[in-house]
Order: sequence, then C-alpha cells, then structure tokens
Amino acid sequence: MEKHLLQIEDLHLYAGSKHVLKGISMNIPEHQIIALIGPSGCGKTMLLRSINRMHDLNPDIRIEGRILFKGKNVLDRHTDPVQLRRQIGMVFQKPNPFPKSIFKNVEYGLKINGMRHSAHIRDAVENSLKQSHLWDEVKEELDKSALELSGGQQQRLCLARAIAVAPEVILLDEPCSALDPISTAKVEETLLELKQLFTIVIVTHNLQQARRIADQTAFMYLGELVEYGPTVQMFEQPQQELTYNYLHGHFG
Amino acid sequence: MTSRRYFWNRFFEKSLAVSAFVSIATLLGIFLLLAIHSWRAFERIGLGEFFSLNAWNPAAYDTPSYGIGALLLGTALTTLGATAIAAPIGVGMAFFLSEIAPLWLRNLLKPIVELMAAVPSVVMGFVGIVLVGPFLARVFGLPNGLNALNGSILLAFMALPTVISISEDVVQAVPRAYKEASYALGANRWETLTRVTLPACYSGLLAAIMLGVGRAIGETMTVLMATGNATAIPQGFFSSVRTITATVAIEMGEVPTGTTHYYALFACALVLFLITLTINFAAERVAARLRKRGQ
Repeated sequence: MEKHLLQIEDLHLYAGSKHVLKGISMNIPEHQIIALIGPSGCGKTMLLRSINRMHDLNPDIRIEGRILFKGKNVLDRHTDPVQLRRQIGMVFQKPNPFPKSIFKNVEYGLKINGMRHSAHIRDAVENSLKQSHLWDEVKEELDKSALELSGGQQQRLCLARAIAVAPEVILLDEPCSALDPISTAKVEETLLELKQLFTIVIVTHNLQQARRIADQTAFMYLGELVEYGPTVQMFEQPQQELTYNYLHGHFG
Repeated sequence: MTSRRYFWNRFFEKSLAVSAFVSIATLLGIFLLLAIHSWRAFERIGLGEFFSLNAWNPAAYDTPSYGIGALLLGTALTTLGATAIAAPIGVGMAFFLSEIAPLWLRNLLKPIVELMAAVPSVVMGFVGIVLVGPFLARVFGLPNGLNALNGSILLAFMALPTVISISEDVVQAVPRAYKEASYALGANRWETLTRVTLPACYSGLLAAIMLGVGRAIGETMTVLMATGNATAIPQGFFSSVRTITATVAIEMGEVPTGTTHYYALFACALVLFLITLTINFAAERVAARLRKRGQ
C-alpha cells in the first residue's frame, strides 16, 4: 500500500447557497502527479483551493468534511493556514508574478520563510530557476522586471517561486491554459522532473495533458468525483459511462 | 423620423462640445485675466523685487515694498507641515479601511471621512482659534497658538478626505492575483500588506498625496484665521505666518483699483495659480502613468 500524503474525506463546499462540492473523497499518494479533469464548473478548482485554504479569503464559502495532510486536518480551525501554505504551494491559472524583478520574485518567498543570508538566497534562487528550466533564459538579467517576461516564462517563474520555499505539495490550477504549445511542453517537462521532489496536483482542461503527465486522474462532474484511478486505465478502460462520454468528447 | 433623430443626435453632440469648450475657455480666461493684470505689476515692481525676501509692505506711506518671499515661505511652511501630517495618516487610514477593517467598521468610517470634506473652511478657522491655538500655546509654552503649525494641522485635516479616498481607490486597484500569490507562498497578512500591496501602489499614493497638497495650498479662510498673518519672514513652525491666499483675501477688498498694490495682488494670485496648476498637472501625470502600467 502506497503512502497517502493527502486524504480528502467527504468534502462538501458551499458558495453562498450553492452546493459546489458534494462529498468528495480521494487519496493522494506521494511523489505522483494527480490530474483533476472535468467540464467547466464541475468544482475542480474549488477542490484544489480547499487543499491550501485559499478559500479563507472569501467569507461566502463554507466547507465541511476533512482534508488530512500527513494525518492532520487542514480544515481544522487550529491549523495555521500560513504554515500550511508553506508546505502546500500553488501556481495559478493566470501567471501572476509580482511587479518586481525576476530575482525578487523568487527571493520573496525565501525571505518571508526566514532565509536571511544573501549567499543562501542567491543559491536557492538559482536552484529553483534551474529546476523550472528558466535559468538559462534569464540568468543574465535577473534584475529585469518579471512583467517583461513572456507568458510562458512568467508561469515558469511562478513555478520557481513556489518550489523555492521547498513545499511538499504543489497545486497547479490550469497552469498552461494561457500558454502556447511550446511553453506548455516546457512546463510539462518540468513537472515530470519535479515529481521526484514534490507531490503535484494539477487541474487541467486539456485531456491530452492529463494523459501525458498524470499518474492518477480524477474525473469530476457537477461537484462529484465520478471516477479516480491510474491515468492509463482511466483513458483506456473507463469504468463509468459518464467518464467514457467525457473523454470521447460527447460533452464538456 | 430619421431626420428628427439625426437632429437630436447632432443637438446633444453640439451641446456637449459647447460645455466642454466653456470650461476650457473659462480656465483660459482666468489665466489671461491674471496674466494681463500681473504684467502691470511686474512692469512697475520688477521681477527681482517681487520674488525677493524684501518686506511685503505695499501700503507704506513713503517707500512701499513688494517682496512675496515671506508669503511664499508662509504658504510653503503650512503646506509642507500639512503634507507631513496628512500623508502618513491618510495613507495609513486608506490601508486600514480597505485591507484591515471589518466590513461594518468600514461602512461606518467611510461616510465619516466623506463628511470631513463637508466642514466649511471658516468653521475650521474657528477650530483653529478656539481649540488648536490654545492647545498649542499651552503645550509649547507660546504666547499664542496662531502660527504655521496651527495652519498645518487644520490644512492636514482638510486635505485628509482627498488623500484617504484617492489612496483607498489606489489600494483597492492592486490586483487580487498579487495578494493570492503572496498568501500562497505562506506570507501572512502583514507581510502581504507591506511587501506586496504597498510597493504595488507607490506611485498612486504619490498622486493622492499631491492632490491633497494641491487642496491645501489653495485654502484661504482657514489659514487666514489660524496662522496670525504676520508678514515677517517665518523662523519656523511656531512663527506667525501669512500665506499668499490670505494676503490676497485680506487686501483685495481695500486696495484702490489701478494702483501698483492692486496689480501686485493679481500677481500673487497668478503665482498661486501656477503652483496649484503645476501640482495638479504633475499628479495627473503620475496617475496616468499608473493607469497605463495597470493595463
């Protein structure tokens, strides 16, 4: 039995009076890539953002159920979301680098996590930029504004920023939806390497992307988890008719 | 049918154009009025004398002198003091309102801030005379509290609504994505506020402060009542000062038309007009640059 880093148990999420997630239960194993797929509005992004408590910022959202991270309930009000987010990083759908230099974008997370020594910071920045395959493109101009980078570069910078603080899990919310195919390929290649170090949960609209990189795939529909299992099995022999129809483009 | 609609369309187009033209023409007219009258003053006094630190004593019996240096210093002192007080409080308040205060408190404070702008300047002058003045006199052991500091405090209060409401718009305009990125990295609220949100709105806050300053420089009645109006060169914030605005307001009613003194007051107004125009223009430029960067 493989080790489960995250266990989601009977998770319900309400946005105002709307019942968005209807009892999701799933286990997320360590050092794998888990893809969440499903048509727009099925709740996959909502589920992802529950894992690192990003919903805290929105008072209209109410969550029931449990998400265990290394055995501890993330949703418990005694869990410090600031500590939690240092262990569970996130990359957003739209690249959102800070309006600062490339270097400072990565440095920010390190500094708020208490790294003071400038040589250590330099090393860590370089390492994470190398891991996200951005280093060779920007090493000469680390002081340039991050806003001058291309969309694909910005997203890899956001990835570098997330991995710099050495989390255990990285959540990605459709990270490639705003990117061209070449940038997408670079991000995917990076993710495949990174799963040695991190556990990766990725929301994607791109079924081929899930097929290319995910070890496990979860198919969600209208707030419910329809099917969850190894990606190959899911794509070749889906157990549910709904999954089959979705994967074959009958709706969605 | 069509032709009637065409007529009304044209009618509204033209009337809007006329209103726009009227505002521009008025502004230009004011400038020309001031410039033409000032020209006579400069001719008779000379620019060197006018902008000197010589005494402002246009009504002297034998040799009147027309130096506005002390008046400019009075305006500068009260305005700088007001900025030093209003900028930190205004920006702090804007951050508090938009980032920290719970919704009920925000809904309570916002109308109060707007009401601050509704206090008539003459009432602020009273406040300066009966409250701030005696208070300053007692705290600092002065013979009276009618001085530059008094004016600064009152002007700060009057500039605050402008600074707060514009700063608040600026803070609200910081993209949510920046804050989310910061939180997702494990930053707490304070770190996000000081290291992400604040740096993202520096230039907007600068514009807000400058517009507040523009308001303070042009203010007349309050400073006239609260600063003591001595025309001597001010020695500091405890000196009684007389601003450009107060000078024009005090003397314009009594000066005989067509005299050098009369034209010199127009020149004072021109100087003030150019200063506020410059500040507002600069603030607008900063704000425009900000909007461009925002896109």
